[in-house]
Amino acid sequence: MSGADQDWEEQSPERLYVITGGRSGASGHTTSLDLVTLIVSKAGPKPGMQPEQASIMRLCHSPLSVAELSAYMQLPISVVTVLLGDLLADGRVVARAPVPPAQLPDRALIEAVIHGLQKL
Amino acid sequence: MDFKSSETLVERPAQGPRSEDELPETAAAAVKVVIVGGFGVGKTTLVGSVSEIRPLTTEETMTQAGVGVDDIVGVERKTSTTVAMDFGRISLNDELVLYLFGTPGQQRFWFLWNGLFDGALGAVVLIDTRRLEVSFDVIGRLEERGVPFVVAINSFPDAPVHAVEEIRGALDLPAEVPIIDCDARLRTSSRDVLMTLMRYLHSLAGA
Ligand SMILES: Nc1nc2c(ncn2[C@@H]2O[C@H](COP(=O)(O)OP(=O)(O)OP(=O)(O)O)[C@@H](O)[C@H]2O)c(=O)[nH]1
Ligand SMILES: [Mg+2]
Repeated sequence: MSGADQDWEEQSPERLYVITGGRSGASGHTTSLDLVTLIVSKAGPKPGMQPEQASIMRLCHSPLSVAELSAYMQLPISVVTVLLGDLLADGRVVARAPVPPAQLPDRALIEAVIHGLQKL
Repeated sequence: MDFKSSETLVERPAQGPRSEDELPETAAAAVKVVIVGGFGVGKTTLVGSVSEIRPLTTEETMTQAGVGVDDIVGVERKTSTTVAMDFGRISLNDELVLYLFGTPGQQRFWFLWNGLFDGALGAVVLIDTRRLEVSFDVIGRLEERGVPFVVAINSFPDAPVHAVEEIRGALDLPAEVPIIDCDARLRTSSRDVLMTLMRYLHSLAGA
């Protein structure tokens, strides 16, 4: 298996509850975040920020997907999306949405993927 | 605000990607493909062989309301299942990134979670000819959800060799669904699987 999973066991439900202030990822603006939405922070972490949000600010100095954030932070996707929801609402990070499903399958997009794969 | 979690995380700050694994600032959008298939069929191997980063693991808690209902006091209980998945990444160009998600464990759980298949370009069903029957369910669910897919036969040394059309018959697949042989350990072979999926999607888009 891959290596990033060794500490998952430590995430107690209580701790996750504390991190998100008791919210689940199912509500409000967080639902627009996909696993592959790319997140970019607009600045470094601010002093006094919640540590998990500071981590996001630091990790996203270059674009990072929600899935990668979850992996590096060792937090479930739903917790990461709650944290991101707050940062997005405050304008601290920007989300680069995935190519919208409504446009799929799109010939030009598929061609771009094919060209990219040919270079591998 | 004061969060209890502060101390624990300060001791263990999240380690980010290695600098060579960072996406360029120009990365503008991402697409995803899902690799499905039975236990031990080579999903993680396939993701790892084409990924430009060492595969990562992410986790989600899936809640199934209504299962395990009313034990002692008749309180509605929700059953949570924690599922982890491996994923890898391919930068297709300066702007477009492809993510590959491999789904371990009981495949049916993944179909309960909209986050995975919503917006996915398509899926690869990886099969082992020694255990074809484990693929029936997953193929049915993909069809139900309208997720386009190709079938890749992973080559294990002691697996019986079947003609592609024989497998098509056994899996009851329509003629247009591509079926190809692969060796998930080889980057080029895994790349060809993805290429087959993309050409298939291209043909669907052109119709
Ligand atoms: N001979 C051969 N072995 C393979 C191939 N692909 C994977 N394997 C081996 O099969 C075993 C299982 O592969 P994994 O990639 O872990 O399979 P998986 O589908 O991710 O397994 P789960 O996540 O547990 O369902 C490993 O020991 C691989 O090295 C292949 O194409 N040929
Ligand atoms: Mg696996």
